[in-house]
Order: sequence, then C-alpha cells, then structure tokens
Amino acid sequence: MSSRDAIIAEIPRLRRYARALTGRADVADDLVQDTLERALDKWHFWQRERDLRPWLFSIMHNLHVDGRRRESRVEFHDDDDLLLPVQRATQTDALEVRDLERALTLLPLDQREVLLLIGLEEMSYAEVARALKIPQGTVMSRLSRARGRLKAVLAGESTPQLKVVKP
Amino acid sequence: MNSPISEDDLHAYADGQLAPAQLTQVEAWLAAHPERRTQVADWRAQSAHLHRVYDRVLDEPVPARLLPAANASRWLDRHKVAAVAWLMLGTVMGYFLRAEIVRDSQPALVATSLSRQAAVAHAVFVPEVRHPVEVGADQEAHLVGWLSKRLGAALKPPKLDEVGYQLVGGRLLPGDKGEVAQFMYENATHNRLTLYVRPNAPNTGDTAFRHAREDGIDVFYWVDGHFGYALSGNTGREDMLRLATLVYQQQTR
Repeated sequence: MSSRDAIIAEIPRLRRYARALTGRADVADDLVQDTLERALDKWHFWQRERDLRPWLFSIMHNLHVDGRRRESRVEFHDDDDLLLPVQRATQTDALEVRDLERALTLLPLDQREVLLLIGLEEMSYAEVARALKIPQGTVMSRLSRARGRLKAVLAGESTPQLKVVKP
Repeated sequence: MNSPISEDDLHAYADGQLAPAQLTQVEAWLAAHPERRTQVADWRAQSAHLHRVYDRVLDEPVPARLLPAANASRWLDRHKVAAVAWLMLGTVMGYFLRAEIVRDSQPALVATSLSRQAAVAHAVFVPEVRHPVEVGADQEAHLVGWLSKRLGAALKPPKLDEVGYQLVGGRLLPGDKGEVAQFMYENATHNRLTLYVRPNAPNTGDTAFRHAREDGIDVFYWVDGHFGYALSGNTGREDMLRLATLVYQQQTR
C-alpha cells in the first residue's frame, strides 16, 4: 500500500505550491496531476533514504520548467482567474490575495520557486537545493533577491526591471 | 563589511533554520542593528503572508482526478469492503457458534474472535491517510494515560524502533466486551503494523502464540495476564512472528 498512500498524503501541499507558483487553479491542478503520474511511473527509481517531499517537488519543478519552455513564454493571468481563490474571502483578504498573486507573477520563476519552497513549504535550504538541483549558495542568493523584489513590488514599485536597493 | 553575521545567517534566522549554536550570536548582533532587525521581520511577514493566502488550498477537497491512477481509491475501497465482509462473516459465525461458546467458553474461539477483530480494525485504519490514529505519538504521554484510563489498566505501547518501526499513535475502539486500544506503527517505507489490545481477556492460562491469516493480513495473538494482544501486518508470516516476539517480550518484561 505504501507508495500510493505516501504520495496521496502529499497532494494538498503539492496543490498549494502549484497554486502559488502558477497563479491559476486549473493550471496548478494539471501540474499536480502530471507530477503524480510521473512520480508513480518513476516510483521504483526513488531512493528511499531520501525524503519523498523534495523528490516530488523536484519532479514538479522539472515538469513546470519543461511546460513553460514548450508553451513559449505566455504569462497567464486574466482578471477572472485572479478572482478564483477569493470567493469565500472577506474584502480585505481579497485585496491581500490579489496583491500577492500579482506580485508573485512579477518575480522571475527561479526566484519565485525558491521563495515559495522556503517561505510557504518550509523546506530546508538543503532540500530546496536538492529539489531544484542547484547549489545551496544559489538557493541563498535567489532567496535574497526574491525577498527584496517581493517587498519592492508590494510597496508599489512594480517595474519588473527594478533593481533591489540594498539598505 | 567585516560583520561576523552574513546575509545567509539572517535568512536562516528568519526561517528558523539557523544552527542552535549560532542563535544567541545572531540575536545579539540583531539587537545592535535595528535596521536589519526590521528586514528580518519583513521577511517573516512575507512568509506569513504566503501562508495566509495559500494555506486555504490545503483544506480544499482534492479533485478526484488527482488521486493517482484511481487505483489508490479502489485500493482503499477494496479494504473497506473487506472489513465489512469480515464483520458480516463474524456475525454469521457468531450465530452458529453461539451455543458452543456458552457451553464452554473455549479459549480457541475467544482467541479467534480476538484475531478477527484485530484484523478488521487493522484493515479499517491502516489505509487512513489523514486520520490513521486519534492521538499521535507526539503526545505519547497523553496517549498512554488516556488509553490506560479507559481500559482500566496500565498500558504501554512497545518500542519497535530497533526493527525500524516508529509509533504513529493510537486510538480507542469499541470491542464486544468494552473498549479496546489500537496502536499503530510505521516504518520508513510506510508499511504499517497495528497492535490491538483487549482488556478483560479470560485468563485461561494458555499464553501460546497463535497465528491466523485473515484476508492477507497476518495476525499473531496471545493472551497474557488480563490482556489479549494481537499484532497485525502484511509483511509475511516470518517477519510478523519476529515482530510479535519482540512485542511479547516487552509486554512481559
């Protein structure tokens, strides 16, 4: 029983991350579905001493990057989609959701991934390095840039080329 | 720029990933650098913001199409069906065997019901993903206190760490003569065992190990003192015997 159940237990977190990463519920669930299928295909290659979670996020990362490459660089987002997760929220929440979603799309993908895996998924720096197959030093520099950028964007300086001002 | 505290240290501090040894050092440094303290607070606020906006996804029902290959849900269903079938079989058997039990409460029959009930409880709860136990092993003292109180005798879940199984937690279940406890264990490959403990077992003086195979589940059971124990799992007879021996040794120590 173990393999499927263990993977199923991770679905809510994969969905949360995919939602934040893609900004759209339907795109996010497609990505989760592809990730689960790939994971079950490759289950036998999973090295068991490693944690399941970073492995799943690494599969999702690869699929997401491949998908974006294939579909050129269309940035999804129209207002209907932005309103999707807001339905049950209060008005203040709605603004908060909307601001954050917009701000995240203004981060380069590599920074957004690192920020979400650490800030939202609470993975360790080492796990993120493993999931994204980058050195831990790169994780740290992306995290630093992502945090500076997010702050600037939320503060209203939304120019994508914005340079992060060191305090 | 010759600060002893790097930018990376500050991120690690904000994310709770700093080595404990460095904690006081970074805190002392931050106390003297209010502008960086504000920055750390900003980073933490960002993470909190992400959680506020996206955590609600965790509570959404998972769309059916995401349950892998639908096999998973079929697997669960199959086991629930099996559990119900066992319960029904038990009722039927109980009807036909009723007379015999009354006439001379044979240890073998009592024991059979112990293994069957344990196997049913195993089949029902082992596939549970979200709620395999009522009280988790993280509250072991509470778990032990609670179950001991409800069963009316001191209870102690055995430690199976040396064979790679960690306690997941436990739950209270209704049995045919009062309440019973179930402890669940899991190993690194997510294989689960359950130990079913029933108080007020008739002390027949027969503490022999018995084995039953119930719908693919191996159950080793025995009566010791006032408790009946049944260990259920699906890793094969040999392995289960080894585990049951370990449990038995700990319970009688």
